[in-house]
Amino acid sequence: MSSPTADTPATGTFVTDEALKRLKKRHAAEMRFKFYGRAAIGIAIIALVTLLVSIFGQASSAFSRYVLSYDLNIEASYVDPEGTRDPQAIERNVSGFNLMLQDQLADEFLSEDPSRNVQRELYGLFTRLAVLPIAHHTAQNMQTIGTEQVFNVALADDIDLYLKGGVTQRKSLDLSGLSRVSGSVESGVTLVLGTQEDAARLNEALTSLTRQDVEDSSAAALIQAGQTWFRMENAEGRTLQLTYLAGARTLPQADASVEALVLAQSQENRTVTDRQIAWTMILKEQGRIKSVLNTSLFTNSDSTYPELAGTAAAVVGSLLTMLVTALLAIPVGIFAAVYLEEFAPRNRLTSLIEVNINNLAAVPSIVFGLLGAAVFINFLGLPRSVPLVGGLVLGLLVLPTVIIASRAALTAVPPSIRTAALGVGASKTQSVFHHVLPLAAPGILTGSIIGMARALGETAPLLLIGMVAFVAEVPDGPMDESTVLPVLIYKWSTGAERAWEPQTAAAIIVLLVFLVLMNLIAIILRRRFERRW
Amino acid sequence: MDGNVEDFAETTTTIDRTQSGSAPIKVDCRHIDVFYDDKQAIHDISLEIEDRSVTAFIGPSGCGKSTFLRCINRMNDTIEAAKVTGEIFMDGANINDPSIDPVLLRSRVGMVFQKPNPFPKSIYDNIGYGPRIHGLASGKAEMDEIVEKSLRKAGLWEEVKDRLQAPGTSLSGGQQQRLCIARAIAVSPEVILMDEPCSALDPIATAKIEELIDELRERYCIVMVTHSMQQAARVSQKTAFFHLGKLIEYGDTEKIFTNPEHGRTQDYITGRFG
Repeated sequence: MSSPTADTPATGTFVTDEALKRLKKRHAAEMRFKFYGRAAIGIAIIALVTLLVSIFGQASSAFSRYVLSYDLNIEASYVDPEGTRDPQAIERNVSGFNLMLQDQLADEFLSEDPSRNVQRELYGLFTRLAVLPIAHHTAQNMQTIGTEQVFNVALADDIDLYLKGGVTQRKSLDLSGLSRVSGSVESGVTLVLGTQEDAARLNEALTSLTRQDVEDSSAAALIQAGQTWFRMENAEGRTLQLTYLAGARTLPQADASVEALVLAQSQENRTVTDRQIAWTMILKEQGRIKSVLNTSLFTNSDSTYPELAGTAAAVVGSLLTMLVTALLAIPVGIFAAVYLEEFAPRNRLTSLIEVNINNLAAVPSIVFGLLGAAVFINFLGLPRSVPLVGGLVLGLLVLPTVIIASRAALTAVPPSIRTAALGVGASKTQSVFHHVLPLAAPGILTGSIIGMARALGETAPLLLIGMVAFVAEVPDGPMDESTVLPVLIYKWSTGAERAWEPQTAAAIIVLLVFLVLMNLIAIILRRRFERRW
Repeated sequence: MDGNVEDFAETTTTIDRTQSGSAPIKVDCRHIDVFYDDKQAIHDISLEIEDRSVTAFIGPSGCGKSTFLRCINRMNDTIEAAKVTGEIFMDGANINDPSIDPVLLRSRVGMVFQKPNPFPKSIYDNIGYGPRIHGLASGKAEMDEIVEKSLRKAGLWEEVKDRLQAPGTSLSGGQQQRLCIARAIAVSPEVILMDEPCSALDPIATAKIEELIDELRERYCIVMVTHSMQQAARVSQKTAFFHLGKLIEYGDTEKIFTNPEHGRTQDYITGRFG
């Protein structure tokens, strides 16, 4: 870039040193402004990327889920104790299915006389409601009663989280073998490691995973020898004192492989017990645990169990609410804008209305919630928590936005179009509806969609009209109890279990997908409208 | 009211008879005042416009000639602040009478504006819009005929006949203005008002429009506002000179340009002010 410098000789009367100095200053100001602009855009892009990366990073684990594919004997004595073969009764008999799954698991994994605690640990691999799809499938296919069926049973959220690398830090060690083993699975096993080096590695892993900054933190080690899992109680040099956890109830052979799984926390300090980890590892080795796409996130409704909770009810609720909002806000908004812009006389009253519409757009959304609760629910007696009321409240909320955007679009239509239409003898209404409105349509559409997008993400007013209720069923219509996506996100984000975190992020992604879809529709419609001209 | 209208119609015909052999009067304006809020834009103007001729309004900017032109098809009604008093008779009927709908009036008095303002629709729809809303065509064939006839009269047919579905805004400025003239003709008006129709056009397009105006004179009563003395001299038969909202002089174009009665007219057309 060539810029005039101070030592350029003054070639004309207007190229004085003074003028060159001013010019330099102006160029500097221009460069500065460009820099500010780029910096602003850079900050915006960084913020957006950070947001997307953190949401997608968090949500990624919610889109897949670990399930146990289990050969389940559908026994009539459990699922249909009365022998009525009534599909509805069978589908409702969740405890029967649950008992059946528990008993068959116990047959496979527990000894003859297990303690209550061990039983509870085993049953804790699953949630009680994990059998719901099995009950549903059986009710639909009665002939499967009495046969063996393979089902994908959802694992409990903590087990799922453990498999995804959560719950606690861990380290796997491949040890070279054992030199001697004695004792029995019932009373305790003494195992001597093959080499001194193995003992040193195990010890090193235990110390490195013990966190100094956390009180009561002591690492634990699980030892797999052959087909059996043990918990390490004590270690003295190469000699390890072990208790039996799971797997084959025999002492390992002399040539059995030995592996150690070192966990940063002892089982008192984590949500998954040693025995549950051992069972999970055994099932995983058998290839019976697999990762599947978490379709229940889209097909299920809300649940108190994060692994079963889905967005279906909230999505349908949001769609119904948006429908009511659109039906209220868009026609009323457009007609109000057309009247104010094209027909209303300019006087004190109309300017008062104008000012108030602009003010209304700035009213906090929660105030609209109060209005909705007072007018629609208390005064008109409409039911609480229904999309109709939610849609009406959100419709009132976005009405000013739609009016303002529509008026801006109408003002942007050149007046020559109006005079042209009037000039050939069109009436005022004809000139507006034949010429002005179609020309303003793309702008009106954009404004309306922006308003709708705002409504889609709105939470506060819906809390006040009771749309926070726990809704476990997909609503049938605008008069059915329901919730909406942003409220669901808010509720999930306050859940206590760690598994709600990815679930919340996944729900946010569902909401974002909706927003992107709406914008896409707006762009497509706009293109089509513009092509007509 | 009706009696009044008839009375005036009577007088109109009387005036007609007094005209010495020239064309009949189409529009008769009497004592027109126009106010924008409190400001008076037109002061008591009375004017008779002949049928099948071109009448030019000249005068410096802001002298009220456009405002006066817009009285003839009541376009001033669309401006809220504007108030028109006085009477304008078209074929003996007072167009300011409340019983006359401006929409119907405007189908008889077409208007062409300063800047070409075709609808952002196809050429065909631009022409067809007026006839459609007035119900002038029953069926596609009739509409096709109206479109072709209007475009032919506006001298645009040969240029656009192969692309009637192209948007009107894709034409050149001169073509757009002729399209607007064709649009005005399509509703078969009797009077065509033109508000500086050539001010946004280049000399060649201007020449074409002027030629077209000269041809249209055969069938229509044309009233045009212009800033170009030469244009007024070339195309008009009658010229009215406005100044500060008053009609200073009105008469045959030839006389106004060669031997004006008022000194101010003389000053204006010779370029001494304005």
